[in-house]
Amino acid sequence: MIVTLLEPLLKIVLLLAALMTACAYLVLVERWMAAWVQDRLGPNRVGIPLTRVRLFGLGQPLADGIKLLTKAQITPSHVDKALFIVAPMAIFVAALAAFAVIPFGSVIPTEGLPAAWRLPKQISLVVAPGMDVGMVYVYAVGSVAVYGVVLGGWASNDKYSFLGGMRSSAQLISYELPLGLGILGVVLATGSLRLDAIIHQQAASGAWNVFTQPLGFVVFCVAGFAEAARLPFDLPEAEQELVGGYHTEYSGIKLVMYMVAEFLHMITASFLIVILFLGGWHLWGVTGAGNEVSWPIALVRIIVLLGKVMVVILFFMLARWSWPRFRFDQLMDIGWKVMIPWGLVNVVAIAAWIEFGGRLSAVVGLSPIVAMALGNGCVLILCWLATVVADPTSIDNRPRRALPVVGQVGQPRPGGNPPCGKTTDRVL
Amino acid sequence: MKPDDQKITWVREPRLGPTGRSFLPLFVQGLMTTLRHLFRRKQTVQSPETRHASPDPLLYRGVHRLNWDDQGRVKCVACFLCATACPSHCIDIIAAESPWPDREKYPESFTIDELRCIFCGMCEEACPVDAIELTSFYDLSGKSREEMIFDKEKLLSVYDQTKNTEPMRTRRIER
Repeated sequence: MIVTLLEPLLKIVLLLAALMTACAYLVLVERWMAAWVQDRLGPNRVGIPLTRVRLFGLGQPLADGIKLLTKAQITPSHVDKALFIVAPMAIFVAALAAFAVIPFGSVIPTEGLPAAWRLPKQISLVVAPGMDVGMVYVYAVGSVAVYGVVLGGWASNDKYSFLGGMRSSAQLISYELPLGLGILGVVLATGSLRLDAIIHQQAASGAWNVFTQPLGFVVFCVAGFAEAARLPFDLPEAEQELVGGYHTEYSGIKLVMYMVAEFLHMITASFLIVILFLGGWHLWGVTGAGNEVSWPIALVRIIVLLGKVMVVILFFMLARWSWPRFRFDQLMDIGWKVMIPWGLVNVVAIAAWIEFGGRLSAVVGLSPIVAMALGNGCVLILCWLATVVADPTSIDNRPRRALPVVGQVGQPRPGGNPPCGKTTDRVL
Repeated sequence: MKPDDQKITWVREPRLGPTGRSFLPLFVQGLMTTLRHLFRRKQTVQSPETRHASPDPLLYRGVHRLNWDDQGRVKCVACFLCATACPSHCIDIIAAESPWPDREKYPESFTIDELRCIFCGMCEEACPVDAIELTSFYDLSGKSREEMIFDKEKLLSVYDQTKNTEPMRTRRIER
């Protein structure tokens, strides 16, 4: 009884401590990356307090944390107090809750410890093991983050916060559809919503989903970037336009909660990309596939998983400085006109493959996995080419009144168009 | 300006070519730029361990100095041209009868409020006798506002400190 209680509690404490530390140090890594990309050195001064030891600036997160926690907590007089306090809590709790079903390793084996420490059963390295609706849970909890953003923007009673909140909610809601479609392909191929089952399926076949479902991977990555509100999709807090976005009015610990929640979103997105598409803890020839593992293998699996997640996070940070931010209408166009159709094509392609793939690969004479990778690679290329030809994101921003009425191209509107300046199609 | 104004020319947004529409070249281009900079030599000067050195100390506009002439007298003739040229009104001169026969006046007191100064160098350009010059000293700090108002002695001592590294930029022939 005590063991069954102790086990999840231990995992929760471990996970919380690890996540909070990870967030603090990822801020430092983010600042380093920003500095290096801009030919600077970045924070390298703060080391062990009261000594001259610098440790490459590794004391910076501690100093930042103390600074933020001891800062004045300003609650402006014009805000809705209750919502103002609840909003950061909502987003923080939602961001943390997602980790209940995200595995941070494979399993801890029963063998290999002294007899007194022998475990009664294998311990899976996930807070809520065997949760059959794992993927749906992550998805549902992720959607709650929108509430934190909208409530924060609304409760602040400030036009910048409000604009940031509105943009953010529109963006998050739009990109949840392609995100779900990207997940759907993986779930179809695996036949389970459990994250550990998805990893096991990839490990057993040795073919990560990124190879067999490249289109789903692209859709999920782009939607993941947008859900985490990272550049080039960081419209909610475009500081050049919106001061600080939905958390303009926040300070002190509440601001920390928002910032940590943002980093947690990025970590969640990275974990999901790794687990769903990059094979989770699996690495060919190193980690094996089954659940019967020895201690070294169990540790290697944790390291492989976290290493992959780190690489994805570094890509997130590099992407921030690589591409300019999209305009808001471009963001919506990419979401609704490109990513959702791509996601739908992906789901249809995977479903068709599951139905006809076996027979087709037998006819062609390839192994099912190679045939699936080739087939879906072709689907990705075709989708991309179709998008290039159709150009759904190009916009005509000339006033509607100057253009022919829809359905009567070339025909003048009865009574003539209302007056308007000259229009031209010329490229400037 | 209303949208139906005849003076407005409405231009359609330029269309990208097929390569631009595929996003791929731009994607790779952006990533390559950041990767290239990631491993490039960093420009940061680790002050205060290594000091930033001005490429040309004679062109740098830092703390002012008042020059001595070759007979050990202050060069300034209290003509007020620098104080007049100063856009931030930080120069304050009290003139007195000169004890030397070759000039009428000399500055009894000459103060510059370094906190008001914007280091534009107009005083240096205005000076007809090249008495006031800007040095390459850039890190000046003090514990109070009063301390940052430099008087004549302090400005002359700046000259003593910098005369070896930064010779006087006299454009006139000494009489």
